[in-house]
Amino acid sequence: MTLVLFFYFAAVIVATAILVVALHKPIYSALSLLVMFFHVAGLFVLLDAEFIAAVQIIVYAGAILVLYLFVLMLLNVRADEGYHQQFRIGLIVGLAVLVEAIFVLGQSGFADRDPAAVPPAAPVPGNTEGIGRALYTTYLFPFEVASLILLVAMIGAIILAKKGIFGKEERGR
Amino acid sequence: MVPLSYYVILSAIVFFIGVIGVLIRRNIIILLLSIELMLNAANINFVAFSHYLKTITGQVFVFFVLTVAAAEVVIGLAILIALYRGKATVNVEEVNLMKW
Repeated sequence: MTLVLFFYFAAVIVATAILVVALHKPIYSALSLLVMFFHVAGLFVLLDAEFIAAVQIIVYAGAILVLYLFVLMLLNVRADEGYHQQFRIGLIVGLAVLVEAIFVLGQSGFADRDPAAVPPAAPVPGNTEGIGRALYTTYLFPFEVASLILLVAMIGAIILAKKGIFGKEERGR
Repeated sequence: MVPLSYYVILSAIVFFIGVIGVLIRRNIIILLLSIELMLNAANINFVAFSHYLKTITGQVFVFFVLTVAAAEVVIGLAILIALYRGKATVNVEEVNLMKW
């Protein structure tokens, strides 16, 4: 049952990921990315990470993708006429690196390792509780640094996108 | 139980679809969407390893990836808006002011 669900999620994720890259209208790309985010969240539920799945939907689908759609509507961009002129080379390089990565992965032999052989860490009472405990004890400093990154992003976005914040005149379009 | 290698291979495929997207598309918005694909592939790996190694650390790091993704999107789209105001294009080939 889990295997069937995994293959369903994997197939939809790969198909929508290809659509994101291949479709010509940016709005369709963004919407297929939305479908992909939901299926990645389903994959996280399969992996017993319910909290991460919820965060995936709320933050990625709810916030980040809405921001993309907002900008798409704001800019009203036309459909792309074609791919980049390095289309062929890019495709070949990407596929070559993918094949190489899978080959190296197969050589490493980590797939044969028994997952049950890993000794369990400290017993986790619940997914959300465990994450909160780790986040506010072991990873407290990275957590604070993450908040600093968000602050910098906020200030940077306002300064970059605001017109004439340094008192300059707006330039011609 | 699904073997760990399935998740790793799925994540590799999604990651390289993102790489190919960055290489072949000319629309900056699609380039940013491809970067989201790559970050999501990394997240799949983090959660899969977290599940198989029976430790919560991988899931904590998904949060940091999420933070970086959000910051990257916000800054990228702000640059895009500033660019569009000046040049009225989102095509990377037409943005070559700093090209020598």
